[in-house]
Amino acid sequence: MFQDTALSGQITFFQKLRSLDYILLFCILILGLVSSLSMYSTEGGEILYHTKSHVIRFLIFFLMMLIFSFVNLKFWHSTGYLFYFTVLCLLIWASLYGIKASGSQRWVDLYFINLQPSELMKVAIIMCFAKFYHRTQIHVVNSFKNLIIPIVVLILPILLVVSQPDLGTSILIGLSGLTVLWLSGVNAKYFIYSSLILFISLPFVISFLKPYQKLRILTFFNPDRDPLGAGYQIIQSKIAVGSGGLSGKGFLKGTQSYLDFLPEKHTDFIFTLFSEEHGFIGSVLLLLLYAIIIYRTAKIGASARSFFGKLFCYGYASSIFIFVTVNMSMVLGLLPIVGSPLPIMSYGGSSMLATMIGFSVVMSTKIYQKQIIA
Amino acid sequence: MISFGSDTSYRKQSVVNRRMFILSTAKILVFGGIVAKLFSLQINQNKKYLTLSDKNRLREWKLPPIRGDFKDFYGNTIAGNLQVYQLHVIPEQVENFNNLIVRVKDILDLDQKTLNKIIKKKNSQKPWETLIVSENLSWDQFVKINFYLHELSGVKPVLSVARSYPYNENYTHLLGYVAQASNSDILNNEEIKKKHVPGLRVGKIGLERSLENELIGMNGVQRYEVNAYGKRINQIDHIEGQKGRSIKLTVDTKIQQKCNDLLKDKAGSICVMDIFTGEIIAMHSSPSFDPNLFLYGISYENWENIRSNPKKPLINRSITGLYPPGSTIKPIVALSALENNIISTKFKVNCTGKIEMYGQTYNCWKKKGHGVVNLREALKVSCDTFFYEMSRRLGVDRLNETAKKFGLGDKVFKDVFNEEKVGLVPSTEWKKNSLGRSWVLGETLITGIGQGYIQTTPLQLCLMTAQLANGGFKINPKIVVNKDDPNLEKIKSKMSENLEKIIQGPDFDDALLDLKFAPSNKDTLFKPLFRNQENVKFVLDAMFASTNEIRGTSYSSRISDKKYQFAGKTGTSQVKRITEAERELDLDISQIPYEDRDHALYIAFGPYKNPRYALSIVIEHGGSGGSTAAPVAKKLFKLIIDRHEEREKINLNKNNLQT
Repeated sequence: MFQDTALSGQITFFQKLRSLDYILLFCILILGLVSSLSMYSTEGGEILYHTKSHVIRFLIFFLMMLIFSFVNLKFWHSTGYLFYFTVLCLLIWASLYGIKASGSQRWVDLYFINLQPSELMKVAIIMCFAKFYHRTQIHVVNSFKNLIIPIVVLILPILLVVSQPDLGTSILIGLSGLTVLWLSGVNAKYFIYSSLILFISLPFVISFLKPYQKLRILTFFNPDRDPLGAGYQIIQSKIAVGSGGLSGKGFLKGTQSYLDFLPEKHTDFIFTLFSEEHGFIGSVLLLLLYAIIIYRTAKIGASARSFFGKLFCYGYASSIFIFVTVNMSMVLGLLPIVGSPLPIMSYGGSSMLATMIGFSVVMSTKIYQKQIIA
Repeated sequence: MISFGSDTSYRKQSVVNRRMFILSTAKILVFGGIVAKLFSLQINQNKKYLTLSDKNRLREWKLPPIRGDFKDFYGNTIAGNLQVYQLHVIPEQVENFNNLIVRVKDILDLDQKTLNKIIKKKNSQKPWETLIVSENLSWDQFVKINFYLHELSGVKPVLSVARSYPYNENYTHLLGYVAQASNSDILNNEEIKKKHVPGLRVGKIGLERSLENELIGMNGVQRYEVNAYGKRINQIDHIEGQKGRSIKLTVDTKIQQKCNDLLKDKAGSICVMDIFTGEIIAMHSSPSFDPNLFLYGISYENWENIRSNPKKPLINRSITGLYPPGSTIKPIVALSALENNIISTKFKVNCTGKIEMYGQTYNCWKKKGHGVVNLREALKVSCDTFFYEMSRRLGVDRLNETAKKFGLGDKVFKDVFNEEKVGLVPSTEWKKNSLGRSWVLGETLITGIGQGYIQTTPLQLCLMTAQLANGGFKINPKIVVNKDDPNLEKIKSKMSENLEKIIQGPDFDDALLDLKFAPSNKDTLFKPLFRNQENVKFVLDAMFASTNEIRGTSYSSRISDKKYQFAGKTGTSQVKRITEAERELDLDISQIPYEDRDHALYIAFGPYKNPRYALSIVIEHGGSGGSTAAPVAKKLFKLIIDRHEEREKINLNKNNLQT
């Protein structure tokens, strides 16, 4: 064991550099470029505030990701719980002293950045579970103690985020966490039972929802109910996507977007804009880009020797998949509208930061793939 | 520990790998689903969403259509369009509407009332619709606004067109006028509904109303790209509108103006008609008013002036005024009697000033009586006693038939003026049906002198005269020039052809059957209305006598110059029953209250040799036809004949153009 550690310690910087996953890096860079251009398009072909800060954030966090990639995976492993608790504390801080904006209290003022801890929680929960299951033996995974701890760990941040209120992010955190739980071997019957219970209790859950959230669900089932009110976003989004056609209206020519028919075009509906301007071909290519990123991430996980690295990569790949799926399904009218950004594409510093932290751990797993963590 | 750990570690790894494999398969399926949804939206339903997207971003602004002109027979514009300076504001493009409008008010020196009206108008329309702040800026105001324009963003001074009636009150009743379209205008006319824009003027009455669909023109369209808030981003398209059809009328402005002058300060009507073509040369109702007043909403004082005028300028007397025709009906009564072989031309009656019949006294207008008169003499001196006796023998139903044939009791224009009145020619059947009582023989007598139930419009009298004057043929009155109309030569040959048919017809009765066509049937056009044209000629000759022979009722209004010589018949119709006491008093006209004075009527045609024009004159409460109405005809006839040559020139050109 010490030898192994010593061995991994002997990896030179150039070896590390060589072992980076360049395809993944390239895909992330392309995605960064595409997102910057889309941001440029949301501002009607001018470099204004959103484009500038998006490009700067991407570049800074991408560099940060590269640097963090060289950090030993052991470091990530050892800080797994700490990271989770820090983010949890930030969440509590946010609900106590956070910045209020448009009816919810999600942000923490860190003086140099307004951080949205719920976004970081998306990564932190995977890291925490990866560490937890790294140590847990397979035959005790389904023991009562080992079931109740992860559930509490998962439920705490979800409750905090729901109370902000931010239904979308809490669902995403929940889905990511559950995916990791399932990957790590929790008995499938628990998932079946709990989803049954959820299904039965759905009416009660709905009764706890805020009026606007209920409206969104009703609107999802029938967008034409209130085309200028609650249904407006989804109708306009579908018009934008549908009118894109095969090859789109062309870069900077998305009428739905530059005439302001599209809501939230910088953030949650950025894919709509992209799809309107670049059509079916562009959308499928973008989806393909995400698919490659997910595949490369999962592949790194597959070749990782440490269970922590493997589970994190698998979990992270799945969570990116979930974020992409939920966001796209939402703007295409397949799911109700809940706030969920498209990784890297959407405007938002915290989301970008969280995504990049995730990728640094993935990259670190790649560099230290042969390393075994005790 | 290592071996144990590696065993469990191996199992752990295999579980996670297996589950990841399952998950990856699910991911591929889900991504496939998203691609399928994208395909369905972007490829399958692309057309639908493209349309929706265009609907979102494109908005059309209809521009007001330019109304067609009205021209008189000589091509003078009698209703046209004037360039006006207007001030438009699109409220949504203005940051602070209230500040702006107050500033505009100061610059234009508007009063508070106007300001309130503008604000009310603004609240009633959509923010992206053009708000017309002022429809008719004076040049000074226009200059001033342009001077301050840099500080009035959102305000647009515009050069626009507005209806104008250059001959002011001359054509008011004929043309009608335009004013802002009301809700009922929009609801009742599809064409207006389709082309409506705020501030659109539509015809309210007269030809402006009845020819609306031809005059209105086509909207221009400006297509703009707008953003989600309705703000115009850029202009995509501009389609020029089309001016409405210019409509040429048969009227002669010179004659129309003369009519206006002759009826000044009087209430009444003059109609002049071509007896062959049926063209209306002039049709004037007095008093009139200036239709230009209605363009921008008439002011209260002006409206009150018009409305409270006791002579009621709003009424178009020529087609809606109903008057007992008085003695002007006599030519028809005489013709009817001759046609039905009731009397011969040699029939004589001794007029003693009154006649006792059915236990009542019927007076002749001449208290001393006319002595023994024959038919020609009776028409000439308008002897009532003769006509009492003749109508008694004729009976009201036969009179009714002839009168209707010659155009009384029916609309002259079928659908040109929707306010046109039908009038009334009584019959026994009519009385039974509408009054529920049987006809009293005494009523026949007063119907025979154009009193009682009978009511006619001035235009009906004119048509009746024209159809007598052209030899007794049916003509079709018209006011709009239609180049497909038959010209005079064709009409005359048609008439003579029809006349020959009657004379040479295998059976006289068959020819009569021909005449029983429904009045609306176009085939009856130019058909003879008589059985024996000699009867018509006799009546015309008697009318000549009435004007041109000594003791004729309108002898003093004669013109002896053959070129202008005309023949006519006076009429004086009572407004109320005259009591015996009043008759004895023999009051002068100035001693009778205005409302009780008789209506003065006159019908005439001329020139007597080769007649061409017929006219009818009605002067409400004007006294006797001979003293008031006939002199007007004398003054008018000279002009009508003088204008004839000018008119023929135009006709000649028209015919040349056709061939």
